Amino acid sequence: MGLITEIRDSISNVVSTLFSAQDPKRIGIYGPPNAGKTTLANRIARDWTGDAVGPESHIPHETRRARRKENVEIERNGKSVRIDIVDTPGVTTKVDYTEFLEHDMEKEDAVRRSREATEGVAEAMHWLREDVDGVIYVLDATEDPFTQVNTMLIGIIESQDLPVLIFANKIDLDEANVRRIENAFPQHETVPLSALEGDNMDEVYDKIADYFG
Amino acid sequence: MAEVKNKGGGVQIDLISGDRMAELTSMEKIRMILDGVREGNIVILEEGLSPDEESRLIEVTMTEISPDEFNGIEIETYPRSETKDQSFLDRLMGKESTKKLTVIGPANQIETLHKDETLISALVSRK
Ligand SMILES: Nc1nc2c(ncn2[C@@H]2O[C@H](COP(=O)(O)OP(=O)(O)OP(=O)(O)O)[C@@H](O)[C@H]2O)c(=O)[nH]1
Ligand SMILES: [Mg+2]
Repeated sequence: MGLITEIRDSISNVVSTLFSAQDPKRIGIYGPPNAGKTTLANRIARDWTGDAVGPESHIPHETRRARRKENVEIERNGKSVRIDIVDTPGVTTKVDYTEFLEHDMEKEDAVRRSREATEGVAEAMHWLREDVDGVIYVLDATEDPFTQVNTMLIGIIESQDLPVLIFANKIDLDEANVRRIENAFPQHETVPLSALEGDNMDEVYDKIADYFG
Repeated sequence: MAEVKNKGGGVQIDLISGDRMAELTSMEKIRMILDGVREGNIVILEEGLSPDEESRLIEVTMTEISPDEFNGIEIETYPRSETKDQSFLDRLMGKESTKKLTVIGPANQIETLHKDETLISALVSRK
């Protein structure tokens, strides 16, 4: 074996031990507020590690800091993939604290919630540019997927060449429309699920292993 | 950005050409957009922003939101349909096609009434 080949082989060995099995991929869970990101993150974490990631709520902007669950080991067909899941605050271009007042919140709490929410979204955008290796984009299948935030976010994710899966959540609800989501983002794979009820989680884990393993 | 001050309480619209934007750095573009929007103007970009700039625009907007003063932005563009057909080489060379008309306004003054692939209809109210 020539010297060059030997050096090249040893470099590629070092590189592969640095980047393959050792480092779990960091998978960001993104999507609009209230889509069910935390419910999903909690389900994944509970299924594979036994504990949860953070609180879920029907009030938007419940998650205001990206939360990470490291080293989640998912076993699929005799193979195992390790990922870090990052639950992020729902992305938006506007936050109006007065909307929280409708949820029986005092002004002071509403203002604090909105300030934390804006900091969280800024942080989540930063992470998306620098710190994630793949994205699960969660949408509420009962809502119109054709929004500016969704289009922009998917565009941003595509421009980074990150692997992305679209999750059509809340299929337990009658108004859920998975087809509408598939039509809005035909260039990506859409996986239907109910994070709350645990419907279709087998396919969810198969796809996670496929895309991010 | 306008030389004539908007006294009548109408709505000012800034139409910014692609050439004008091309001279600016990403942060300068974002500054120009947010300065306009925070004054209550509607900013229309002939050629839009790159995905990276859009991501920074969201980030900077978030850091500037403050209760009873600035609620953030409403932004509308036609769906980015070109990216699908773009060749890998084009993207590698950074030739991203971002030429899409973009409308940005203060969240509390602009409301999208209708939007599809070819038409954006918005209602703008005074401050
Ligand atoms: N019916 C139904 N409700 C769900 C499902 N997943 C989440 N929800 C509900 O949707 C609401 C929002 O869920 P979260 O998980 O807090 O949503 P999120 O995307 O993390 O929201 P933010 O952190 O505020 O951005 C809660 O009331 C959940 O119980 C689902 O699959 N089906
Ligand atoms: Mg959440």
